[in-house]
Amino acid sequence: MKLTLVTGLTGLLLLGTIVELLRRRQLREKYGMLWLAVLIIVIPLSLFPRLLDNVAETLGVASGVSLVLFLGIVFLLLVCVHLSWEVSALEEETRTLAEDLALLRAEIDADRAARDELVSTDG
Amino acid sequence: MVNGKRTLIIIPALNESGSIADVVGEVRGELPGVDVLVVDDGSTDRTAAVAAAAGAKVAKLPYNLGVGGAMRLGYRYARDHNYDVAIQIDADGQHDPRYVPKLVDLLEDNDLVIGARFAGEGDYNVRGPRRWAMVMLSAVLSRVAHTKLTDTTSGFRAANRRVIEMFASWYPAEYLGDTVETLVHTARRGYRIRQVPVAMRKRMAGTPSHSPAKAMVYLGRAFAVLTLALIRR
Repeated sequence: MKLTLVTGLTGLLLLGTIVELLRRRQLREKYGMLWLAVLIIVIPLSLFPRLLDNVAETLGVASGVSLVLFLGIVFLLLVCVHLSWEVSALEEETRTLAEDLALLRAEIDADRAARDELVSTDG
Repeated sequence: MVNGKRTLIIIPALNESGSIADVVGEVRGELPGVDVLVVDDGSTDRTAAVAAAAGAKVAKLPYNLGVGGAMRLGYRYARDHNYDVAIQIDADGQHDPRYVPKLVDLLEDNDLVIGARFAGEGDYNVRGPRRWAMVMLSAVLSRVAHTKLTDTTSGFRAANRRVIEMFASWYPAEYLGDTVETLVHTARRGYRIRQVPVAMRKRMAGTPSHSPAKAMVYLGRAFAVLTLALIRR
């Protein structure tokens, strides 16, 4: 009974955190929705851990709890891979931005130098 | 102008305020009428200011992108300003600008010309795992490029308009990507690559890294980069 309480409370706490982050616009909706969907599945499971025992048995896994643990790790791994992918894309975007900025600055410097030269030859 | 071609020398530089003025000065002295672009790769010292004072055009990146990032910026600049030839030279003064006309000559029949260190001239040599890495890279890349390449990690290269165009939109930022991966990519797309022997000089400033452990890591990374480059599209 204690375990159910601990897991259930953890789930609700996480749910509250996600909702609050979304409310304050600290979390993009595409990520927020993902975590909400996960919690909606996980919270009932934490309250009734035996829910998946039948599925676990057909898969040859000892108990529903182990199955949830296994699936949880697989899911987290996938999320990590996805985040690495997103970061790679972001790095490429910031790289392009940095190059654009440098090119524009070089352009402005060249213009300014040309204008200064014009002024000095006029004067 | 080199041999009637509008030429841009690209020098990627990271904290090279000690040598950059000499390198820029030497290039401008040896190759009058050639534009020099120093790409400051997020230096924390006065590299950009020193280079500008020495008469180079300067593009300053807001933060460090690595050699690959600096080089793509250089090629983008070359493309946007309609240069016929872009030549990259290291900022540490190892590359002798007197070889530049020779590289440009060979661009008549080739798209990318590499100034190679181990091809006869000079007495630059390395040993141990670093050497094995270079031998492996040379063997594989020579096959891919259908020409003899002995120094695939050389940063002394001349590119014609077609290659400038390609490098401006595609240039890997990651380690060894600027040398090994660009060669695989260029060769795979049917561009003609050639190497020219050049003598390499001592660095004007800075020290090379020499330790057996680092050399082993280098071998491993070279192998990984090469494998990735070969299986990539």
